[in-house]
Amino acid sequence: MAAHAAVPPPAPETGLLAEDRIAVATQWQLMWWRFRKHRLAAGGTIVLIAFYLLSLFADFFAYADPQESEAQRSLMAPQEIHWFDGGSFSPHVYALTGTRDPLTFKRVYVPDPAKKIPITFFGHGEPYELFGFIPCDRHLIGVSGAKAGESLFLLGTDMQGRDLWSRLMYATRTSMTIGLVSVALSLILGVVLGGISGYFGGWIDTVIQRIIEILRSIPTIPLWMGLAAALPPDWDVVKVYFAITIIISLIGWTELARVVRGRFISLKQEDFVMAAELLGCSKARIIFRHMVPSFISHIIAATTLAIPAIIISETSLSFLGLGLRPPAISWGVLLQDAQNIQALVISPWLLYPSVAVIVAVLAFNFMGDGIRDAADPYL
Amino acid sequence: MRNDTRPLLSVRNLRTSFFQDEGTTKAVDGASFDVFPGKTLGIVGESGCGKSVTAQSILRIVDRPGRIVDGEIVLTRADGSEIDLVKLKANSREIRSVRGGDIGLIFQEPMTSFSPVHTVGEQIIEAVLLHSEVGKKEARLRGIEALRSVGIPKPERRIDEYSFELSGGLRQRAMIAVALSCNPRLLIADEPTTALDVTTQAQILDLLRKIQQERGMAIMLITHNLGVVAEMADDVVVMYLGKVVEQGKVDDIFHDPKHPYTKALLQSIPSIDSTPRLKLPTISGSIPHPFNRPKGCPFHPRCVSAIAGRCDVEEPPLQAVGEGRKASCFLYP
Amino acid sequence: MVAYVVRRLLLAVLTVWAISVLSFMIIHLPPGDYVTSYIASMSASGSAVSEGEANALREQLGLDKPITVQYAKWMGLMLQGNFGMAMEWGRPVSDVIGDRLTLTMVISVAAIIFTWALALPIGIYSAVYPYSFADYVFTFVGFIGLAIPGFLLALVVMYVGFAYFGANVGGLFSPDFAEAPWSLAKIWDLTKHLPIPAVVLGVSGTAQLIRIMRSNLLDELRKPYVMTARARGLSEYRVIMRYPVRVALNPFVSTIGYLLPYVVSGSIIVSLVLSLPTVGPLLLKALIAQDMFLAGTIVLLLGVMTVIGTFISDLLLMWVDPRIRLGRQ
Ligand SMILES: Nc1ncnc2c1ncn2[C@@H]1O[C@H](COP(=O)(O)OP(=O)(O)OP(=O)(O)O)[C@@H](O)[C@H]1O
Ligand SMILES: [Mg+2]
Repeated sequence: MAAHAAVPPPAPETGLLAEDRIAVATQWQLMWWRFRKHRLAAGGTIVLIAFYLLSLFADFFAYADPQESEAQRSLMAPQEIHWFDGGSFSPHVYALTGTRDPLTFKRVYVPDPAKKIPITFFGHGEPYELFGFIPCDRHLIGVSGAKAGESLFLLGTDMQGRDLWSRLMYATRTSMTIGLVSVALSLILGVVLGGISGYFGGWIDTVIQRIIEILRSIPTIPLWMGLAAALPPDWDVVKVYFAITIIISLIGWTELARVVRGRFISLKQEDFVMAAELLGCSKARIIFRHMVPSFISHIIAATTLAIPAIIISETSLSFLGLGLRPPAISWGVLLQDAQNIQALVISPWLLYPSVAVIVAVLAFNFMGDGIRDAADPYL
Repeated sequence: MRNDTRPLLSVRNLRTSFFQDEGTTKAVDGASFDVFPGKTLGIVGESGCGKSVTAQSILRIVDRPGRIVDGEIVLTRADGSEIDLVKLKANSREIRSVRGGDIGLIFQEPMTSFSPVHTVGEQIIEAVLLHSEVGKKEARLRGIEALRSVGIPKPERRIDEYSFELSGGLRQRAMIAVALSCNPRLLIADEPTTALDVTTQAQILDLLRKIQQERGMAIMLITHNLGVVAEMADDVVVMYLGKVVEQGKVDDIFHDPKHPYTKALLQSIPSIDSTPRLKLPTISGSIPHPFNRPKGCPFHPRCVSAIAGRCDVEEPPLQAVGEGRKASCFLYP
Repeated sequence: MVAYVVRRLLLAVLTVWAISVLSFMIIHLPPGDYVTSYIASMSASGSAVSEGEANALREQLGLDKPITVQYAKWMGLMLQGNFGMAMEWGRPVSDVIGDRLTLTMVISVAAIIFTWALALPIGIYSAVYPYSFADYVFTFVGFIGLAIPGFLLALVVMYVGFAYFGANVGGLFSPDFAEAPWSLAKIWDLTKHLPIPAVVLGVSGTAQLIRIMRSNLLDELRKPYVMTARARGLSEYRVIMRYPVRVALNPFVSTIGYLLPYVVSGSIIVSLVLSLPTVGPLLLKALIAQDMFLAGTIVLLLGVMTVIGTFISDLLLMWVDPRIRLGRQ
């Protein structure tokens, strides 16, 4: 060190600065720099923020009551928006007039180019309560001079004539939050059990590992199906929602526990943990003050990567009719309508909610990958 | 003996760089030296100065993103013809016959230099089959012979074992056996003893010397242990940050080092007559990061006799500083 | 080594037992039993079931005994190879499941073969030429493959089949063969129908395995033994295929055990969409009808298959990896 001071290394100015910057950066800053470089991850994050904003303000983005059905409007195709009217910008849709099909005598709705309904942005519409308590009636999109729920069908309607766009907004809220709630549950179970297993080792570890092994070797879907089918049919939407999140996290925690246990075992051998142990710190203090902070980034990565699997699980279960049930609205519930191939062939827009599923899952995977790479560039 | 003056391998102005997002590492930056038949060339230098990359460049097995950017590596083959290895395509038939055939390579890490899922035998036999026209049975016999010749007891049993079943010393012997199985004329030994305990080190060095005498093979011995060089080498090349800073006969270098870096290196090894418990002099400072190598002489920031205004501006060329020796330093005009 | 095998075997038995308890519990979780749902469906169709009739039915099916007794009875029968009666079908469970289980296995194995055949070469290519254009393309396509739930892919395939080719691409047999007894012609018919379900089922597994193979192989390629192999003069192709690929395949072998149940699980939902005669649709129906012998047997069999698969892949791993076989890391 003394010798070092005698001959200061005259590294070029910029190099020195760059090195200093790295030397004083915290673990989180380093992670953040690496994460920013990961373009797909940044894109994924932006998409996810958008999705969660959409969930938060679903009532604002929707313009119709998602439950209001009208058999005569069943399976209407997405409406075309006309942006210009005679050369000037004035977005509008054609009004729908009911006529009888001369062959089948069924009542059908056809657009009537003579009657134009102007589209409004941020206008008044159906009243709702923002966040459940702020009364409000502004919507992103609406129409003037008519009821939006009866004249605007951006993504068409489902079998029961409900507006698919508005339903999709509410479904996004359900499906995106089910991912969060369920991953939070898995996380608690995983961190606690994985931590205990990795920290104490011995027979406790063996028992927990066996339990994990057994749970993992049960084929998940039959297990979920069995559990979901066991939910009493008279439960209300909220109860079912929480029951499903619990069922899904029942398996999800094992993977997180595995990650946590692995980190615990490798950390136990690190010097700073041994030093803390020698200093006589209590076990809980060692775990929560010293060990958890040093692998929290891994947990965040594992958690992010667990959410898409949960979303897919919920969607699949609801699609089977075993997950959330109407009147709950989730992506899986919406896709149930697409089960009937004949219906799907004449009204392909029933498959549109799947785009939301795929985009959300992709975004979570990109973000999780970015976090993992940033947390541990050597993995 | 007629060919004694003609080098077996002649490396001229070799430059190998690693091209990464963060910057370019000039791992080898204009190295030149010769290896003569039947002689041992010692290459010394601190960790990271490009010794291993030099060895990999000679065999053209530098890992991506590394690439030879300049220079020539001329090998004189058994029939007297000369080929420039740099000009060959990296995966061509010619270079592959040189690898293992003309030049054998022993690696730094005996632990991981064997495949964990193949027996030692499978790896030797494969080399034999590749470089000589023999059948499987004969190749196996030769493999056993090769193991025996490096002093591995019960070679007929060891040949079917996995490398992790062998002790460190035996594993390095097995490594040598693989490298020697096709009678190369040049053996490149990259720190063959670093991972071993002192007794085993001595045994391995003895073994190398014995084999060299028996077969008249040339050895390029890479190490950062000057004691090993003094014991084994005929000629010495001192490298610093990818450059050759001094080269010459082993006696000259040890008794009359010219370059300040060589001097500092020699001072930092203990000798029998140094005062006990006195702190050994170390070279001040640390090796600069390869991305921001200093301007001028690469050693000047750590050099005790650096000339301000000269050493930090110009780069000293490698030039003769006496009978059969060269150094790159402005102290020797 | 023997100790290792014995330990795995004991664990397997323990797991099977746990699965049997779980599957039995699942069936008994919902309030009511088969008779309740039977009465409900009867009254829905207009005919009432009297109290006495219901009790007689319960007694006949053994549903009036305590749950532990029912479990013991069920297990006893199971061990004798008697899976009980499928109540709704009025036939022995083994009869109802038999062919469907075989077909489930056939589809799953076909999906796994597809997965491996595609994932291995692509994974190797991506690792050998990392960050190349093709690697980026594979990575991106792989991400999308991971993001599409199996049933959605099945829906899209069905939709495309119907809308653009006017054909029903679902099912495993042509109508002529669906009810026919097994024959060479029927097997050939099955082979022709197999690719679509196999691909639909295999896509997400393929995407996963490509990623695993790529990162495993990237790790291995950095190890010194690869360079030593090169230094021996082997051609690049042999160096890579014989050494790092061989080592990177080891963890792959251990994924077989997980792949099978994963694929079988996935096949349940996909089968519903593609209307495949596998155990999937059967399980769904049985669960809804609370047909406990049938549902329990299916869940148990799937679980046992998983355990056997895992056990076999452990043995395989031991066979291919001398480090495990010789008890060293
Ligand atoms: N695969 C690689 N990728 C990037 N840089 C590399 C790679 N291999 C070597 N280098 C760089 O090349 C330089 C020289 O490395 P080399 O391995 O030749 O050093 P060495 O002299 O053999 O050191 P040691 O005594 O530690 O073995 C180092 O700065 C190293 O960072
Ligand atoms: Mg080296």
